[in-house]
Amino acid sequence: MTLVVMARQTLGEFVLDAGFTSDGGVTALFGSSGSGKTSLVRVIAGLSKPDHGRLVVDGETLFDTESGIFVPKHKRRFGYVFQESRLFPHLSVRQNLAYGRWFAPKTTQPEDFDRIVELLGIGLLLERRPGKLSGGEKQRVAIGRALLSAPRLLLMDEPLAALDDLRKAEILPYLERLRDETSTPIVYVSHSVSEVARLADKVVIMKEGRVEAVGTPSEVLSMPSADRRDAGAVLTGTVETIDIPHRLATIRLSQAQIVVPNAHAEEGRSVRVHIPERDVMVATRRPEGLSALNILDGMIAAIEPDGDGMARIHIRCGGDTVLARITALSVERLDLKLEKPVFAVIKTVALER
Amino acid sequence: MDWLALSDEEWTAIRLSLKVSAVAMIVSLPFGLLVAYLLARGRFWGKSILNGVVHLPLILPPVVTGFLLLILFGRRGVIGAFLNEYLGIVLSFRWTGAALACGVMGFPLMVRSIRLSIESVDRKLEEAAGTLGAGPTWVFITVTLPLILPGVIAGMILAFAKAMGEFGATITFVSNIPGETQTLSAAIYTFTQVPGGDAGAMRLTLVAIAISFAALLASEFLAYLVGKRVDIE
Repeated sequence: MTLVVMARQTLGEFVLDAGFTSDGGVTALFGSSGSGKTSLVRVIAGLSKPDHGRLVVDGETLFDTESGIFVPKHKRRFGYVFQESRLFPHLSVRQNLAYGRWFAPKTTQPEDFDRIVELLGIGLLLERRPGKLSGGEKQRVAIGRALLSAPRLLLMDEPLAALDDLRKAEILPYLERLRDETSTPIVYVSHSVSEVARLADKVVIMKEGRVEAVGTPSEVLSMPSADRRDAGAVLTGTVETIDIPHRLATIRLSQAQIVVPNAHAEEGRSVRVHIPERDVMVATRRPEGLSALNILDGMIAAIEPDGDGMARIHIRCGGDTVLARITALSVERLDLKLEKPVFAVIKTVALER
Repeated sequence: MDWLALSDEEWTAIRLSLKVSAVAMIVSLPFGLLVAYLLARGRFWGKSILNGVVHLPLILPPVVTGFLLLILFGRRGVIGAFLNEYLGIVLSFRWTGAALACGVMGFPLMVRSIRLSIESVDRKLEEAAGTLGAGPTWVFITVTLPLILPGVIAGMILAFAKAMGEFGATITFVSNIPGETQTLSAAIYTFTQVPGGDAGAMRLTLVAIAISFAALLASEFLAYLVGKRVDIE
């Protein structure tokens, strides 16, 4: 699947002038609220028509102001998961799920109903009405409804933003399975670093209606321009062992190992870990008698003072780089310099996903 | 209890009234839906004029509405002559004319009810249906229509009740011919005009009360059924 989108639109004070390309997988549109992410996704879905723009999917032009092409939303076959689930109140969950299939072209091979129901864990809800579901359940049904319409592209507009942390933690594992077990490419809009870090293959950072940066999660989310509070390293690893009594999972990175809370992990599964830089401590000697489970030995690869009393330390641990945000005072006291061997200390609790 | 027994003529008036009201309600429904949809959603020149014309029967004296119908739909009227010549439909002094008069009088009530329910539909749901592949017509049939059903039912009952009670426009347009255009209301009026007609007027009055009550209960029951089905959060 290839997707090329470009749009320019003036909405009062706000000017959207952005575009990106995708070759499949999960593309995240990331940025603070008001950065134009939703506007751009609405253009892709055909819910709004920009002044100038172009949208090409797999070589088929769906929208082009130059040649006057505008394929209406119901003919684009893009699934859309809205922030508020928008389930039909007059239909049961089963009927909501089946809704899109009535309109899907008969030639497409629709996703297997039972498999999607199982994947999203909504089997027990089928005969209920949307009004009787919790926020997390509604959102899972909405995701299933979009998937079952046999979309060639799934657009998810902050699907978790309206949910509390518990509900988010409930849905995120389903989204990971979705990414790994279905072939439908996804455009995922979010302002949450941890969601993007876990799910995205490619990140498009938006700011004030423009694209600010594009790259892989580990490249882009460690850039200082990302939301400063949540900036940090994104590392990829494999779940090696699961400690069921302690509800922990050990993840093997390129060399080091890291212990994270067991959030529905499965052995052998490839996962991403987002380590917020403000949650990483730096020690010059291996600490003892410390509750933190992760003490990685490494070497300082870079020190970036931000001129505001803080510094970002890049610590090379085997093949991975962990970022730490510490005060400039600590840099002085510990006499941190390039190439100096140090230990990165990370509380497992800080990695709760 | 003999005085409670309805005469054949009275039965005829009751049957005619039910027929006229039902036909008025059913025939005006598609038009009511269309006009309500235009008024709720449309953006076009002359929208306020359309709104005014639809509401006119509510404000005008019924006799005036009846007279206007006579002018327009009478045998020599602009529309009446056309219908007579090309389609062979005669409305004046026929029960069909009574249904037209009743339909016109009930139309604003039906449109208001449906329009309000269309305006309260969450358009985000229609947007969602669109992204799932439903074209505008299917969105209307599968999402909008079920959601406005309570308003549509209420509008139909209102139009039916109005038709049952309609008197002025009907009698002006199609007169008061027993067996053809003499509806329940017209029959009661006729009874009150003749000496000794009180008992007949009372019998028909009781029937009118019973029918109105039944219509009201039916609408409550339907609204309950729909409400149970449409669990709006």
